[in-house]
Amino acid sequence: MANIIGAVTTSHIPAIANAMANKLEETPYWKPFFDGYPPVREWLNEKKPDVIVLFYNDHGLEFFIDKKPTFSIGVADEYHNADEGWGIATIPPVTGESELSWHIANSLVHDGFDMTICQEMKVDHGLTVPLSLMWPGNDYGHVKVIPVCINCEQHPMPQPRRCLELGKAIGRAIESFDSDMKVAVFGTGGLSHQLDGERAGIINREFDLECMDNLVSDPEALTKFSNLDLIEIGGAQAVELNMWIAMRGVLRGKVTELHRNYHAPISNTGSGVLLLDHEMPD
Amino acid sequence: MSYIDDQREVEGTVLFDHRMAKKGYGLNKMCFSFNGQVGRDEFSQDEAAYCDKFGLSEVQKKAILDKDILTLLKEGGSIYYLAKFAGLLKLNMQDIGALQTGMSVDEFKAMLVKNGQGK
Ligand SMILES: [Fe+2]
Repeated sequence: MANIIGAVTTSHIPAIANAMANKLEETPYWKPFFDGYPPVREWLNEKKPDVIVLFYNDHGLEFFIDKKPTFSIGVADEYHNADEGWGIATIPPVTGESELSWHIANSLVHDGFDMTICQEMKVDHGLTVPLSLMWPGNDYGHVKVIPVCINCEQHPMPQPRRCLELGKAIGRAIESFDSDMKVAVFGTGGLSHQLDGERAGIINREFDLECMDNLVSDPEALTKFSNLDLIEIGGAQAVELNMWIAMRGVLRGKVTELHRNYHAPISNTGSGVLLLDHEMPD
Repeated sequence: MSYIDDQREVEGTVLFDHRMAKKGYGLNKMCFSFNGQVGRDEFSQDEAAYCDKFGLSEVQKKAILDKDILTLLKEGGSIYYLAKFAGLLKLNMQDIGALQTGMSVDEFKAMLVKNGQGK
């Protein structure tokens, strides 16, 4: 049984990569954001997970709307970043974990989650920014990453309830994998924000904090929301909360909050960090 | 409630649903091509001709030439692809926010700070 040791949530916006590239971490604008990360980095360096299951959404790099998978999973040995159109430097290749990826894919499809299974997958800022944040200097090559991509671009999108169930199914799959490897889970994106329309600029601090509380202690409470509810309450891109909800579903045992930070605004978003410890279910 | 049963509209927001995905297909496909330097260069050389190559409607083409983000959204543009168009124009998300809300960039940033503080 592989061991799910804990989870991290983080924003993944491109502006973070720009701030790191331009060494702005200590500036007044960015400091309250970056100050949220040292405890997470320390935990990762101390616990040394072998594998990260990383929930993100593609923002039009790998997938176009010609064919838009609702849920997809990478099963490759390696993943590459590429030009997303705005000149952020691409980063070194990301190492995959093919065997566990295929195990999860097999288990999920059996379990009723009909994944799109990807042997090649360009990974965009949704996946790469969190890795750069956790391992400064892009020193993440030793960690094996399993990308799980959720459609947050085109309606119909999977609902929060379904994303939680996807996470639980991934949790069961990892638990049934015969290995002593240590797995951590990343939920990325969010929180409240809206980039588009006359309503651009909305941030709902109160709702973000409430979501973070619920993610720790009562994730089922978040499944009462539909995607349209999330959009009304937290803005059009608040549906990225679905990646956090999916992350939480993987943690089927005992969850303890070790650290959190919330800061808004970062670019146009409310930005939350959670570090959760996980004890495996019996 | 399913998407079919829940047809609510959110003020100031164009949901990127099946209607928009269909209407904006060529527009988004063009913006998707901005992932590559080749596409960006070809667009910059002759913007209108590049729009024609992807079969944009006259309204979409005019909105591209005018950098009219709100019209592009109403004409089926997805913000994720329009973000690539914005990047090509060297505009960031606060610039885009200001354009859409009719504020100055400083006013838009001040609103973000206020919203972020929960005021
Ligand atoms: Fe995102």
